[in-house]
This record gives sequence, structure tokens and C-alpha cells, in this order.
Amino acid sequence: MIVLLPIAALVWASQKDGLHQFWSVATSPEAIAALKLTLGASVVVSLVSAFFGTITAWVLVRDEFRGKSIVNAVIDLPFALPTIVASLTLLALYGPQSPLGIDISLTRKAIVLALLFVTLPFVVRTVQPVLLELDLEAEEAARSLGASELRVFRSIVLPNILPGILSGVALAFARAVGEIGALVLIAGNVPFKTEVASVFVFLHIQGGDQAGASAVAVVMLVISFALLLAIGGLRFLATRHERA
Amino acid sequence: MRKYILRFLALGYLLAVLLGPLSMVFFRAFDKGTGALWKTLSDPNTVHAFKLTLIIALIAVPLNAVFGVVCALAIVRRRFPGAGLVNAIVDLPLAISPVVVGLSLFLLYGRTGWFGPWFARHGMQILFALPSMVIATIFVSLPFVAREVVPTLREIGDEQEQAARTLGASSWQTFWRITLPSIRWAVIYGVVLTTARCLGEYGAVAVVSGNIEGKTQTATLRVQDAYENFNQSGAYGISLVLAAISVVVLITMTVLRPKEEEAL
Amino acid sequence: MSIEVRNVSKRFGSFQALDDVSLDVDGGALTALLGPSGSGKSTLLRIIAGLEWPDSGEIHLAGEDATPLTTQQRGVGFVFQHYAAFKHMSVRENIAFGLKIRKRPKDEVRSRVDELLDLVQLQGFGDRYPAQLSGGQRQRMALARALAPEPKVLLLDEPFGALDARVRAELRVWLRRLHDETHTTTVFVTHDQEEAMDVADSVVVMNKGRVEQVAGPRELYDAPANEFVMSFVGQATRIDDAWVRPHDFELVLVPNGSTREAQVERVVHLGFEVRAELVRDDGETLAVQLTRDQAAQLELERGQIVYVRPTHQTTF
Repeated sequence: MIVLLPIAALVWASQKDGLHQFWSVATSPEAIAALKLTLGASVVVSLVSAFFGTITAWVLVRDEFRGKSIVNAVIDLPFALPTIVASLTLLALYGPQSPLGIDISLTRKAIVLALLFVTLPFVVRTVQPVLLELDLEAEEAARSLGASELRVFRSIVLPNILPGILSGVALAFARAVGEIGALVLIAGNVPFKTEVASVFVFLHIQGGDQAGASAVAVVMLVISFALLLAIGGLRFLATRHERA
Repeated sequence: MRKYILRFLALGYLLAVLLGPLSMVFFRAFDKGTGALWKTLSDPNTVHAFKLTLIIALIAVPLNAVFGVVCALAIVRRRFPGAGLVNAIVDLPLAISPVVVGLSLFLLYGRTGWFGPWFARHGMQILFALPSMVIATIFVSLPFVAREVVPTLREIGDEQEQAARTLGASSWQTFWRITLPSIRWAVIYGVVLTTARCLGEYGAVAVVSGNIEGKTQTATLRVQDAYENFNQSGAYGISLVLAAISVVVLITMTVLRPKEEEAL
Repeated sequence: MSIEVRNVSKRFGSFQALDDVSLDVDGGALTALLGPSGSGKSTLLRIIAGLEWPDSGEIHLAGEDATPLTTQQRGVGFVFQHYAAFKHMSVRENIAFGLKIRKRPKDEVRSRVDELLDLVQLQGFGDRYPAQLSGGQRQRMALARALAPEPKVLLLDEPFGALDARVRAELRVWLRRLHDETHTTTVFVTHDQEEAMDVADSVVVMNKGRVEQVAGPRELYDAPANEFVMSFVGQATRIDDAWVRPHDFELVLVPNGSTREAQVERVVHLGFEVRAELVRDDGETLAVQLTRDQAAQLELERGQIVYVRPTHQTTF
């Protein structure tokens, strides 16, 4: 009830004025620009997050160094920290008063940075358990059969952790598409420049343009559903070896 | 050698994206001395914002805890029809943008929405008031308890519950004496995550609350408000408190993790 | 308390777990359900306990129809293969669980738990948690827990299956003694024929969801009802249309009228006995069991030609 009813209301509202109207609003230049920017930034963020997330998970599982447990705990910080606070913290280091002299506020770089911050835990936390359970003997067996380190990673490790990476990426992507709190302060809301879909929806609600907000929101909703399906499919793939 | 490159990459990434910015908040908050910080935090509107945030969390967290456990039982034990649907829906709030959630509620309870007119006639204000903020918060923090409890329930299996039944326990007794104690750490862990999300929610609440200072302004909304009104130290001050809460949450999570594994 | 199973059938999807099974267990008996995996033995036990529902058929306990009763109402003691220990409770709390559910007075609970700790030889372990016990100790705790409410029927599902060989042998003797003292109607499931023959008065052999034979250990071995029981209980070799046990062969070095020629493929010294694997001239392999004396006299070697004759065979 809590979940489905509001969504039904949204879908209903978006087509109230007819599909044609919905289409023309959803394809207005500003909406298209916002959606394009959202998807583009999310793709970049997903790729970076997949790369560094996998490395981080690897380091946390296979490497030993002092303070590892603290690093491990810190990974979850973006889950615990209010996103608006995240936005402010990034602004403090990479904003106009940056002690490093790096000011990326109100640019697209800021969007990517903010999204990297909030999506940081996803890939790490989906790959880590898989790496932990990975059979070290399988890697040793591969090595004993003459495989190089790179080959071991490509043929043994990667196929096993790939579902983990992908489902982490899907979660990160979904989060990146929908994020607003982390973007508000650092990225701003310049239409055609730093206005992402969620900010578009927010501004149009406040401006009283429910039809425009609904149209873009429905597009975002469709992306969400597609991602959920993708995650479900990945879970199915990831467990297919265990099923008889 | 390769090991050190990887370690350097991983830690460097964390420092640049996560730890560096966070540590800056502490410096900025104390920029103008502790006096100024205290002045910001004791401002009646700030105090009200924190109170409101707390009230919302106090309503949303217990409801979601109960709901999460029920959902997890439905998904894992599949004792009643519709369990498959529950499984599909429960993750939905994680994938949907908070702003979209906010808009959906806006459309449902707004003046022209499905329920809006009915509530208006009965003199109840939902939108731009506490009820809609609570509902929005419940929506976005819905999955956390269920997501933590589901794997634990799977792992413990139902043999212990069967054993309790052969010993004469009713379903209710079995739940309280066997199931709940077995999943308690997962429930607590989920509640901690839910609490963090409730306190930190921004997008959905921003849409439905109206952001009225001293009335429907939560702590996170006040951070934005302060910053945009050029009250930077105020924004950093409130953020410092919220960040401190997050650190407490984080420590709680870290302490709980190993306990959970021990119990299994 | 007697158990009566009447025409019980149960399907899991396309798998027929039980196919019209009927069975009588007398009050006070110690019965084993023996069969290969997938034979339906555990399903039958769980249906008796009310943990599964039959698709059709009835369960009668002490002469009364118990089919509609829930597990909670049946008052049976059940022991699970993997102990099903309540991990968050101490050993004492585990054993006391069934009594506390029944709201027995505290003093009574305490003395009954002490009594059971003695019985299962876990004195001094009462305050430990299941994680701190060995497998055998956990299973004894699970037994004490099942016995605490004084059930009229004790059901055990592969109770010793997860334990190592030595502990398993110890617990078998112990279960037998426990039954001799309490005379509780006991049914246990096992796939180990030696365990069934060692402990039970009566063995129910099951296969593919049906009961193949119900008999005492000796009758089961000497007079198996059909080929399945013959081959499942003890070893047997099929020669032409007859079945022969490994110890029912005569082995000689010189042929006489009724013997057939065979070549020694392998000689296995098992310590207390010797087993010879032979290949007959028509390619059939035979397992022959010899005493140490016989083996010493024959001085068998691989490749040697010998002559065999069954001394006893069974046909169906």
C-alpha cells in the first residue's frame, strides 16, 4: 500500500492530459538535456565505481595492513551520512574556498564527484563477500596448471566476481539516477548544464509544473524498474551454478 | 609491488572521495570558534528542526522495523500468498529516486490528488505537514530491515522452529522465543541503517514538506537553507552534528557485525 | 502408544515421496525406517510428527485419528539430524523449553532438567551454549530436550547421520539402553543397515515411497521378501536367476562336478576376514568372503584359476 499506491498516482497523473501531452513534455529540450546528463553521469560514475570498488574490495579481502578494519568500517559512511551533509563536505574540499585550490562547484565534474561519494559502498559491498568465499585452491590449481597471474584473474577470479560487480553497478546506477541531496549544494541547478533529472523534477514541482515533473519522474521510474529487473536477473545468474 | 599499487589506489580513492571532504567539515564548523557554533545550534529554528527530525524517526523506525520483519518472514517462509509480490516490491524504494517518491505522494495527497480532497474535507492536512513527511520517510527507509533479516532467516533455516513446534510451542511462542532471538542482530543492524536513513533523508521530504522554517523544516533541509542564505558556519555546524550521528551509527554497525557472525 | 499409518501418499511436485504407505508400530517398540535416500523414510517420519501433511491417508496415534492435529497438539518428541539446537539458549534452557511452554512450576522444571542432564551424561554442561558442545554432545542435548515433556512417541530423523563413526556407535548403544529403560515408542530413520539391525527390534525397509518389508533384523537378512531387500540389506551377488551372499560360496582348487571356473581378480585382506573378487569365464564378477584360515590354506594370488560353487542361494 505504502509503496504501490503513490506510484500508481504518479503514473495516473502523468497521462491525465493524454499521452501526446506526456510525450511532448517528456521530450522538451530541457527535460531531454536533464535526462541525458543524468544517464551520462550515471554511466561514468558506474564505471569508475566498478573499477575502484573492485580494487577496494580486493584490498580489503586479500591485503593486510594496519588500520584495515577502520578502512572497512569507513566504507559504509556514505550509507550513514545524510546526503546533504555529503554535498556540503565535498563543497568544503572542492568548492570555492578549497584549501587545495580546486574549485569544481557548479560544474558537471561536481555531479560525478558527488555521485561517486554516495555510490562508493555498493560495488565494494557486493564484491567483498564473493571474494571472501572464493576458493583459493581454484586459483592455486590454475597456477599449478601454468596460468599467469593475469590469466588467473581473468579466467578464475573475474567470472566469479562479475555478477557481484554487475549487481553493485546496477545498485550504484539506480542510486546515481535518483540522487538529489548530494547534488543540491555542490552541483547547482543550471538548466542544460548541471540540472539532472531529479533536480528537474524538484524544481518543476516547486514551480507548480506538475505535468512536467510527472513526465520526467515516470521516465525515471521506468529506469528504476528496468534496473530492478536487471538486478533480479543477475541474482538468478549468480546462483545458477548452485542450482541442480 | 602490485600489492602496493592496488593498496595505494584503493586508499587514495577513499581519501579523495570520502575521508578528505569529511574531515573538512570539522574544520569549517569550528571556523568561527565554538561560540558561534553554539549560537547556531541553539537557534530556536535549528532546535525545532532537530526535534522534528527526531519525531519523524521515532515514528518511522519502529513501524519499519515491524514491517521489515513481517516482510522478511513472508519472503523467506512463504507462508501466505503474495509473498512473491512482496519480494519484488520491497526493494523498490532503493531503486526509485526520493524526488520521485516525493512527487508521487504530492500527487496522491495534494489538492487535486486521489486522497487529498477527502483529507481536506475532514480537516486533516497531510501535505506540507508531519503526516506526509513521515510517510515519505517510511517509504524511502522501507527495505533496510527486511534486507538485513532475509539472509539471516535463510541461513538459520526453519529446523529450530520445527523443533519448537514438536515441543509444543504455538506459532506465536515460536516467533518470540526462537525466531526473533535468532535474528535479533540482523533486526538491530537493519534498525540502525533505517535510523540513519530517516535522519538523513532529504529529497522526498524536501518535496512534500514545503520547507517552512520552524514548522516543517528538518535538520537536512535546514543545512541547505542555511547554506543558501550565506550562513555557512550554520550549515557546517548542523552538518557536524549530523555527521557525528553518522559516525556513531557507523561505530554501532561495526560493533554489531562480528557479533552477528558469532551468533550464527 | 501405538502408531498406525493408513494409506498415506505424499507428492512433492512431480516426485512421489510416499505411495500408499500403511504401517503399524506397536506401543513400546523400537523401530527403524531403513532405505536409500529418496525412499520416503524421512517424509513418513515427518508426517507422523505433523511436520508435513499427507496428500491422502490417515495417521492414528494411540488408536485415535491424529491426522488433523498440528505438531504442537500431537505431543511427539522429535530429534533432528542436524540437532536443531536453539543457539541462543544454554543447554539447560534448551532442555527446559518444552516444560516452560507447558507452564510447569519452576522447581519441577529445574529437577527434571537435572534428571535429564544426568540421563544424557551432560552434567556440568548445563550453562554452556550449543556452539561450545561437540556434535555428539549436541545430539544428546537434543534428545534430552525431546524427552523432557515425556512424549508418548519419540521420533528420530537420521539422529546419528552427522556424527563420526565412533561417536555414532556409542550413541547407538546408548539409545538402545535408553529405550530399554523408558519403553517409549521409538521410531528412527537411518540409511545405514548396520545401524538399523544393531538398534531396532523391528526394521521397516522402504524404497521409492513404498514399504518393501517389515521384519526383525534376522528375518530380514535370512528371508528377504524381494530382490530389493536382498541386495539392500547385506551384500549379495546375482548369479543367473539366484542371489548368493558372499559367505555362501565354496571355493576349491580342483574342479568337481558342480563347480565353475573363475579367475582371481583381487584379494583384499580386511584383517578379520579376507575377500576375494573373482571373474567367471562368462565375465561375471563374484565377491566371495573367506575366513582367515580358508584364505591361508588356498594361498590365493591374483590371476590364479579357482573353482566356485554356491552353497546357499535365494530365488524370487
